[in-house]
Amino acid sequence: MSGAEKIAVKVTEIVPLNDLVTRFKFERVDGGLLPTFSGGAHTVVEMQDGDITRLNPYSLMSDPMDQTAYTISVRRDDEGRGGSLFMHTRVALGDEMVISYPVNLFSLDLRAKKHLFVAGGIGITPFMAQIKQLERFNGHWELHYACRTPALGTYGDELRAHHPNETRIYYDDQDQRINLADLLEGQPLGTHVYVCGPKGMIEWVRNTAQADGWPREAIHYEEFLAPKPGKPFEVKLAVSNKVIQVGEQESLLEAMEREGVDAPYLCRGGACGQCETSVIDYAGNFIHRDHWLDDAEHDSGEKIMPCVSRFEGKTLVLDR
Amino acid sequence: MTLQFNDETFRDDYSFFNSERAIKRFPFPFHEDSYMYSVNMEQHRGGPVDSVYEKRFDVDEHYVSEMRDRAMVLADDPLRCQSLPHMTLAGWDLLELIMVSKSEDYPDLFELHRDGDKWRWINRPLGIDHSFTFLDETTLPYGPMEYITRQAQGDYAVLDQRDDNLWMDAGMITTQADWSLDFDIGMNFFEWHAPVPLAHEKGIFVRALKFLLNIQQGAPARRLNWTMTVNPLLDTSPENYHKWGIQKTTLTPENLGAKQHLRVELQTFFRLPRSNALVFPIRCYLCSFQDLMSVPKWGRRLHRVIRDLPDELATYKGFIDNRPMMLDYLAAFDDGLLTSPGIWPDLDTEPALQK
Ligand code: FES
Repeated sequence: MSGAEKIAVKVTEIVPLNDLVTRFKFERVDGGLLPTFSGGAHTVVEMQDGDITRLNPYSLMSDPMDQTAYTISVRRDDEGRGGSLFMHTRVALGDEMVISYPVNLFSLDLRAKKHLFVAGGIGITPFMAQIKQLERFNGHWELHYACRTPALGTYGDELRAHHPNETRIYYDDQDQRINLADLLEGQPLGTHVYVCGPKGMIEWVRNTAQADGWPREAIHYEEFLAPKPGKPFEVKLAVSNKVIQVGEQESLLEAMEREGVDAPYLCRGGACGQCETSVIDYAGNFIHRDHWLDDAEHDSGEKIMPCVSRFEGKTLVLDR
Repeated sequence: MTLQFNDETFRDDYSFFNSERAIKRFPFPFHEDSYMYSVNMEQHRGGPVDSVYEKRFDVDEHYVSEMRDRAMVLADDPLRCQSLPHMTLAGWDLLELIMVSKSEDYPDLFELHRDGDKWRWINRPLGIDHSFTFLDETTLPYGPMEYITRQAQGDYAVLDQRDDNLWMDAGMITTQADWSLDFDIGMNFFEWHAPVPLAHEKGIFVRALKFLLNIQQGAPARRLNWTMTVNPLLDTSPENYHKWGIQKTTLTPENLGAKQHLRVELQTFFRLPRSNALVFPIRCYLCSFQDLMSVPKWGRRLHRVIRDLPDELATYKGFIDNRPMMLDYLAAFDDGLLTSPGIWPDLDTEPALQK
């Protein structure tokens, strides 16, 4: 069975926050309560775009204890494949949609004495829920949030108003930079660092912390990759006994779903490992884009993550 | 259906017994005539009416007596229940899961009334009517995990998930098949499974861990596991091996049918929402060989499974020495006829014993 359990919801609030980001609120269609969740969880939102079903993961940013509604914030990506644009331009108040149960790949480590959050841009969203969770239990936290301009500093004002001592915001257009080395240096023993933002920022924080001697298990990050377009290719699915075409704009996972093959997923962004598929035979090159497989596995040609990775070549036979 | 609770013991005089109804709903663990260790997971979403799979947490005729036995074990050894400090939120998650499930599934036995954080819990079989504040430990007589698992059959391993692994960081473990929470606490999945033979080579644990890490809210899973116990003992902990290990030598061909019990664990797996921890409720069911033999299919099959089990597994499960005597007993219930697939007794379709 693919994906997490699903919930039928309706859109009860749409709030444009700035030029790029819009917030959506979901409540259950049947009026009942939503499941509680843990800070850092995401939901996969299903968008019915004509014949195409788009499935995009978004971090839940509302209070995890509030069972009446979920909220997500969607950053418009004009270059992307259309999911975020669909949310911005086609979803209207009162629309009914289907979302997944919360799945958490970016959980707080509750052993931490202190939680140090580093956010870039829309990467702020999982921290919004984690902060609410920690506030409920008197947790110790601190947020460093980098964004392009004050106008694009989504939730910056809200955070600063409620948590002036814990929040620090850095604006690119004012040449403000997080002084990461000093920041990490000054943390008490037992601090965990969490980073969510662009790829470069994640690597910067991971590398700096590691070089500074932080234990691997005290460094947490989340980055969902959006599938990228690429050359069309053909794949043979040995178990389903089908030969299918993967189009330029769709992912291998989406192509399988379009052909009625039930393929597992949880994040659709190369992070959870759930879609891992064995390669039976191939002649060509993989374009691995996931965070899940390690370098040796990428080189071995034995596995592929169909949610984000592609293939260029003649033959690809998968165990699916 | 109103449940009649047995007045019985799992120690000393061993007055434990299964009613006819309990025998028919016993979770016989062998779905075919042979057994090999496997992950054998399935979704935990109900099952046949009145089977142990029907409800999220099965409550049966042994409930009151089992809770009495748990209280005695804890009085002797408080370390059977432990929770590392970061697991308190998971304890509240578990309390909520059990209270909500039981009050919905057995409204005649359990009631939960919630008004914001003000909760009232009524447990009729144990005579409890208690109001408390959710997420406020000072309003409960024990920590949340201990409070609720003193009222819930089966053991509870509560596992923290971090660093792509699971950590045994809390639990209520009083009815275990020879393992110890006090020894395993703080260990990760591979550390606490280290003693299991044969399974490592097959990469079974790597696959099992991957499966468990991906268990999601709203989609619990389950599996059956089994072992053997002489006398209907719930507490077969390593701490008490000196008390129960010796009982294995008391089997005779005459008393075997009554004394030898098949011990089946219904293991379920739930993702806990607020903490993102996992809980493994492990419910223990006991059935004597002579009661099992009242189901013709189970008599035939149990003989074949025990006969063909690899020596390593019979040793690991602790009955290699008694296996010949068990087989002498069981052979009388195997007439060589085919058995139907699946674990259910199939009393209407299986022929009576032909010898
Ligand atoms: S669906 Fe999560 S890695 Fe592919």
